This record gives sequence, C-alpha cells and structure tokens, in this order.
Amino acid sequence: MNIHIQNGRLIDPANKIDAQHDLFIADGKIVGVGNAPAGFNAGRTIDASGLVVVPGLIDLAARLREPGYEYKATLESEMEAAMAGGVTSLAIPPDTDPVLDEPGLVEMLCYRAKKLNRAHVYPIGALTIGLKGEQLSEMAELVEAGCVAFSQANTPILDTRVLGRAMQYAATFGFRVWLQPLDPYLARGGVAHDGEVASRMGLPAIPTSAEIVALFTYLRLARQTGAKLHITRLSSAEGLDLIEQARKDGVDVTCDVAAHYLHLCDMDIGYFNPHCHVIPPFRSQRDRLALAKAAAEGRINAICSDHTPVDDDAKQTPFSESEPGTTGLELLLPLTLKWAQEHRLPLLDAIGRITSDAARIAGIAKGGHLSVGTRADVCIFDPDAHQLINRGMLRSQGKNTPFLGLELPGQVRFTLVEGSLMYEAA
Amino acid sequence: MPLPDTEQLIATLADAMRPRVTPDTCLVGIHTGGVWLAERLHALLGLSPPLGSIDVSFYRDDYAAKGLHPQPRGSRIPFDVAGAHIVIVDDVLYTGRTTRAALNELFDYGRPSRVDLAVLIDRGGRELPISASFCALTLPAPLPTGQNLQLERDDSGALTLRLIHA
Amino acid sequence: MRNPQLNQHGELQHLLTLDGLPRAIITQILDTAAPFTEVAEREVKKLPLLRGKSVFNLFFENSTRTRTTFEIAAKRLSADVINLNVATSSTKKGETLLDTVDNLCAMQADMFVVRHESSGAPYLIAQHLQNTGRDHIHVVNAGDGRHAHPTQGLLDMYTIRHYKQEFHNLTVAIVGDVLHSRVARSQIAALTTLGVPEVRVIAPKTLLPTDVDKMGVQVFHSMEEGLKGVDVVMMLRLQNERMNGALLPSPQEFFKVWGLTAEKLALAKPDAIVMHPGPMNRGVEIDSAVADGGQAVILPQVTFGIAVRMAVMSMLGGSH
Repeated sequence: MNIHIQNGRLIDPANKIDAQHDLFIADGKIVGVGNAPAGFNAGRTIDASGLVVVPGLIDLAARLREPGYEYKATLESEMEAAMAGGVTSLAIPPDTDPVLDEPGLVEMLCYRAKKLNRAHVYPIGALTIGLKGEQLSEMAELVEAGCVAFSQANTPILDTRVLGRAMQYAATFGFRVWLQPLDPYLARGGVAHDGEVASRMGLPAIPTSAEIVALFTYLRLARQTGAKLHITRLSSAEGLDLIEQARKDGVDVTCDVAAHYLHLCDMDIGYFNPHCHVIPPFRSQRDRLALAKAAAEGRINAICSDHTPVDDDAKQTPFSESEPGTTGLELLLPLTLKWAQEHRLPLLDAIGRITSDAARIAGIAKGGHLSVGTRADVCIFDPDAHQLINRGMLRSQGKNTPFLGLELPGQVRFTLVEGSLMYEAA
Repeated sequence: MPLPDTEQLIATLADAMRPRVTPDTCLVGIHTGGVWLAERLHALLGLSPPLGSIDVSFYRDDYAAKGLHPQPRGSRIPFDVAGAHIVIVDDVLYTGRTTRAALNELFDYGRPSRVDLAVLIDRGGRELPISASFCALTLPAPLPTGQNLQLERDDSGALTLRLIHA
Repeated sequence: MRNPQLNQHGELQHLLTLDGLPRAIITQILDTAAPFTEVAEREVKKLPLLRGKSVFNLFFENSTRTRTTFEIAAKRLSADVINLNVATSSTKKGETLLDTVDNLCAMQADMFVVRHESSGAPYLIAQHLQNTGRDHIHVVNAGDGRHAHPTQGLLDMYTIRHYKQEFHNLTVAIVGDVLHSRVARSQIAALTTLGVPEVRVIAPKTLLPTDVDKMGVQVFHSMEEGLKGVDVVMMLRLQNERMNGALLPSPQEFFKVWGLTAEKLALAKPDAIVMHPGPMNRGVEIDSAVADGGQAVILPQVTFGIAVRMAVMSMLGGSH
C-alpha cells in the first residue's frame, strides 16, 4: 500500500535533513521526500502534525533470548517491544543457548525473525566456538548466513593469543570485532562499581581498571592486527580517553554506550535495587557525565539499549545474586530524548546516534536513513508526550528496568517496516 | 476542683500505713510519681530494707497497641522478694492496669508473703478488680476521662499533685 | 524513596543497617537496652513483651553463636522461636528466598531474624513484605554479606558507652579485615553517627575497601601509629579463607604486623578497652594474653548483646 506521511518534522541524520517534509512510500520503499513522485496515489495518509518522522531506530544490542531462554523472553514478545519502541533493526549478541557460532543457528534465527515480519535482525556471530575463547568460529560462513560482525558478548577470551588470532582472522575479511572491555579477573565476583557506594554497601566491586586493562589489550591487538574494533558498552571516562588516544594512533575503533548509562550512576543502586545490577556496572557520577558528553559530541559513536529481558525470579533475589541486565527496546528512544534535552543537543544529532551512526557500525546499508529508494523503515513519535514507565505498558517480557515508576519523554506513535504499518499507538 | 495539700496527703497516707507495717516491710515505687512518694514514705515510716522501684514498661498490657515506652528506666528490686511483705506505692490509682503490671513483674522476682497497695489518691474509673490497701484520698466522683492527675516534684523536692486537662 | 527501615512516623520498622539510622534512634536503642540487662538476674528470666509472637531465625549462612544470642533474646521476651537453617534446606531444592519468606508468612511469622551471605538480602525481604501488604512483620538483619551487622554494631556501642560513658571525646581504632567485614561497616556507621571525633582503621591495603576514608575514618597501615593514644581497640575477625592467598601471605605474617599483643596495646591509653565480635582467632588477630587480659571486654560484649537484641526486638514488636 502506498503511504503518505504528511505534515511531520522529518529528521534524517544521514542526509542532514531536519525540516518539515512529507514522506512518500510505495512498494516498501521510500519514493519521495518533500515532493510526491509523479502519479503517486496514497492508499493511506498518516497525519504527522506535531510529530517527528525519523528512520526506524537501529539497536546495536538486543537480546531476544531465543534460542535457549524462552522463559525470559521470546522472539514474539521482543519483536512487539521493538515495534512499540520504534526499533526496526536489531543487532543480536551471540550469547543465546546454544550460542550463535554455527551458520545453521544463525539461519534459523533469521528465518524465524523473517517469518514474524517485524524488525530486521542482524546477528553478531560468536568470535569463538561456544564463546569459550579456544577455537575460532567459521566467520566467513557465518557472514554468509547473515552475521554482520563478531563478538564474545559478555564472555571475555582469557587466552590473549587466541584473542589476537581471532582479531587477525577477522581482519583478513575486514569483519569488525565487537568486544566488551572487562578484565575477567579484576571483575571476578564483582557486581557494582568500585567506589564509595559499593564500599558502604559491602557489594563486591568491579574496579574501573577492569575496563582499562582490557581496553589496553584490545586496542593494542587491534593496532597490531589491523582489526576493525568496536568497543561495546563503555562505562568509564578513563576508558574513553584511551579509545580517543588509539584513534589518534590510527586504530579503527568505534564505541557505543547503553542508553541507561547516560542517566544512572552507582548511587542510583539506592537500597540494593536489583534493576541497577548491570554489567559493566554503573560507575561514578563523573563517569556518567563524561559518557553523556562524549555521546553528545559523537566521540561515542552510538547509543544502544543493551536490551536484556530478565525474568522476575532471576531479579527478585539479593542484589549480588540477581541476573544483570535491563529491558531496553522500548526505552531507547525516550532515554535518548531525555539525554538530548539535558545536553541541549539538536535532535538531528541525537537521533543520529540511534539510527545512521549505529547503522554505520553494524554495516547496515539498507537502514538508518530515509533516502529515496531505500527500505521504508520509519519511526514516527510525539516528542512532547510523556510516558509513565510501568510493568503494564512494557511489551517486552522483561519488566526489569530501573526506570519503573518514572516519566520519560517521547512516545512512538507509528512504526513502519518496509513500508508496512506494524505499530500504531492506541 | 480544688486539690488538698499534697504534703498533708502524704502524712495521712503514712499515718494509715504505720500500724500495718513492720521495719522489715519493703516498699516498691512505680515510676515516676510512685518512686518519689515511696522515698518519702520510706523515710516517714523508718523502714530498713532498701527501696525498690518498678518501671512497668515491659509488662504493660497496651504494648501491642502502643508499643514500647520510649525511655524505659528499668526496675530495681534490691531485696529478696521471696517471703517479703511488700507495699507497692503509686501516686494515683485509676484503671488498675498499672498495678496489675507491677504485680506481674514483682512475681517474676519471687513469691512475696503479702503484697499491699498504697496510693495517694484514688480517682475512680477502675477496669480491673483492684483496690488500694491504703489510700489518702478517694475522690467522691470518678474523674472524667481526659483529665489526669499527676504528681510533680520541684527542685526543692516538694511534691505537688496537679490536675491536667488533656 | 523512604528509608525502608523506618515507618511513616519515623519509628523503627525493621533493623537493616546503622548507616543512615538517625542518632536519636540509635541512642533510644541503647537506652532501652539498659534495663534489659537486669532481667538475667531475676528468678524468672522472662518478660512478656513478645508473648504469643513467633520469631523466625532465618539463617541462610551458618552461625550458631549469633543465632543463639538472638534465640535467647527472643525467648527472654517470651516469643516462640523457630530456627531455620535454610543453608541446608529449601533453597537447595530450587525454592527462591522469597518463596521461603512467603511460606513462613503463611505460618504466621511476626518477625524474621535474617542472616544471609549476600549484601542487601534483608532489604529484599523487607521490601517484599511491604509490597505484599505485610507491614506488621518485622525484619532484623543478623548480618548480610559484607554490608551490615547492626545488632553487633549496637552492642559494641553499648559496651563502649558502658565503659567510657561518652562518645564525643573518644578515639577508636578498628583493626583488621575491614574489606570483608559487615561488623566494621556497622561500627563505623554507628561511631560516626554518635559523634566519635576520631575513628581509625588499621589494616593492610588489601583488606581495606576503596574510598574507606570517605566513610569518615582515618586510615592507618601500622599498628604502632594507629593505636597511639586510642581509648577503644575494636578487633575484627580474620576469616580463614582470607589468611592465605592473594590478600595476605600467611596468618603468621598478619599476626606479626597487625596482631594485637600486649606490647602493641601499651601504645593505647592505659585505660583503653579491647573488643572483639568473636569468635576469636587467637594468635592470628589477637594474642591470648590480651584476649584474656584485664583490658578485654569481650565477654561483657556477649552479655550486652542479649540486652541490645531484646531492646531491638521489643521496639520493633511494638511499632506499627
């Protein structure tokens, strides 16, 4: 069906557009921006007055929990969450059960997702078999099956020689390696940032050094092997400095931060709130501000949700025993908008971090922009509406977020995937 | 209502008790007014055992409803309760619940041979089958609820009964 | 967010930590404990305050000593005491902590005394009780992970006040494994709240938490410097598993450098008292001559501990 989105404020960071433009969609593609192509007949017109029209959001880390953890979430539930959150492309970390280390598994995931006909999935393949850090995965075949990059999720490789070789092998093909910087020994048993808060609460701590030591290793190996590196979920100001230094030295390194780290620090753990148990841990207020500023300046390239639905049983336990992670697909846009407001960042830049910038990192050419001829993945939201975050409104099966009970700006009104209206707010 | 002179009431109470006590009779004052009163009676009657005191906070029957008194002072029974003649001393007798609590507490120290109750004033309004053995003044009509009688002590040690409208 | 251990009237609803507990409430607990010390001398060593109430000792981590003192305290208050050693029962069968709590609530529990190896576990229980409308059930933290051991901290304060009367003129040294010690955290919170002007910690760097100075203490690494002129020496227990490995080379070396001997104690004020939460490792953190010496008040601590726990339970049992 041909769709005409009219009277909206169109923001397309990739094309540096922030203007009142109508958008015209036909055959699943964008066929006109501003002016209708000749002979365009709208089957449906969406009135976007007062709304913002942006490319469908791209999330660099969304765990759908399939296969293996269907009691925490399913493709069905999380795809609904993605649609409600305006997220139309998902990079999937390999830490499923079994892990995404075989082409067959990746194909099956892509097939299942395609059948559901919601967000596009972009699996991140396991860098090593079983994420065990011993044997390289079949990267070339995994890419053929649909993987866009390789990572170890939250399971670091202990043997640095294996890590170096994995990066070397990935560099052979120019595949980007995504790594979470956390030294497993310095982080062992830790659940909170090593600082005054954890000391007072008696929580086993993870020092900033755990991030720094790992970064030193990764950046050095990237420099040596020529691998393209993407640092996931940066948590500290110091880590950021290190990445910037490596960039000056010619290392091809990008990095992301999860949206909640732009808003929370270790003090927000409050009275042992397990929803604030995340890895890496929320660090100090100083770190939070540095991350938020760097993301605003584009030194942190993208913002993701690090969507990790966790079942109540795994969260309603003492802090240290709870499973880390937060649900995030439906909060990616609100948290990004809130961050942009706080830093007086133009929407064009803010939306870039969750669309075009993210697309560039994941190598997604068909998404993250609204150029004529491209796939019509569109998110339309009301920037002035506020939503109270509560369990009932979350479509994700995971209700685990520290923002429960808080009001956040922005509400997705319509989500289109390949020109089809997949979500419309009531 | 004009209250009679407190010092006069103390003298009356001591006179009433004198024929019925021996030098070995033990006095136990109930915090706070009862302790002051017991100190005076102890001297007036020339009793030899040291004076005891009871804070009934731990035995009150309204603990479940009202909680623990914020600053319990504790009890001090510096004599052997078993076989003793004990006079519990309180300033005002009202519902009888304080006396009940004091009796219960006393019996956790041992089995006295006899227990009497001496009060300065009986304001009526009993909720338990308790009466004073010695009483300096019984009000002709029960004091309305909402009014309270309270013993006060000034810096010179003089005791005064005061009527307080809640 | 309201402090979960106080009710809307600012009274103690649960005892979870001493960190952030108002000074007035700490003082009230100490004042309330005083008359309870005398109950042990009566013919009937019981008070009727918790008659008909059920106190569940919910110990997810074994500790016969602490459990016993809570048990005695509850029994002296006439409560029915049920001891559950959960470490060896239900949680191994896949039951969650909150399942266990719900089950015990169904058995008409009035109070939970909780010991758990994870910091914050008693908060989880307190919050669960609140979320399920069971505000009448009280929680006493009997030690959670490295976080807090509030009744130990309170009995230590009671002991100090007993021997030193005031807090505002004291110098107190806490010696040993502060990093892993819930006792130390509760002591530091209470001492600073009660206005002790100088609280010191003495330990190797491997046994001190990050930013410990921000808790209001002065950091020393040498006993010779740290003990100089102190009024109170509070020794901490060194757990067996910390004695050898990457934190400390050996118990022998620890004793040589940080063990309390008569010689080192001589650097403190002549009337300084020596405390220990027990059980002691003689010859590791403390020399027998000091543990059994005239300045040690370790056994009175145990006695006061019962009165303090009675005070806490009776204040909670009467709060609404």
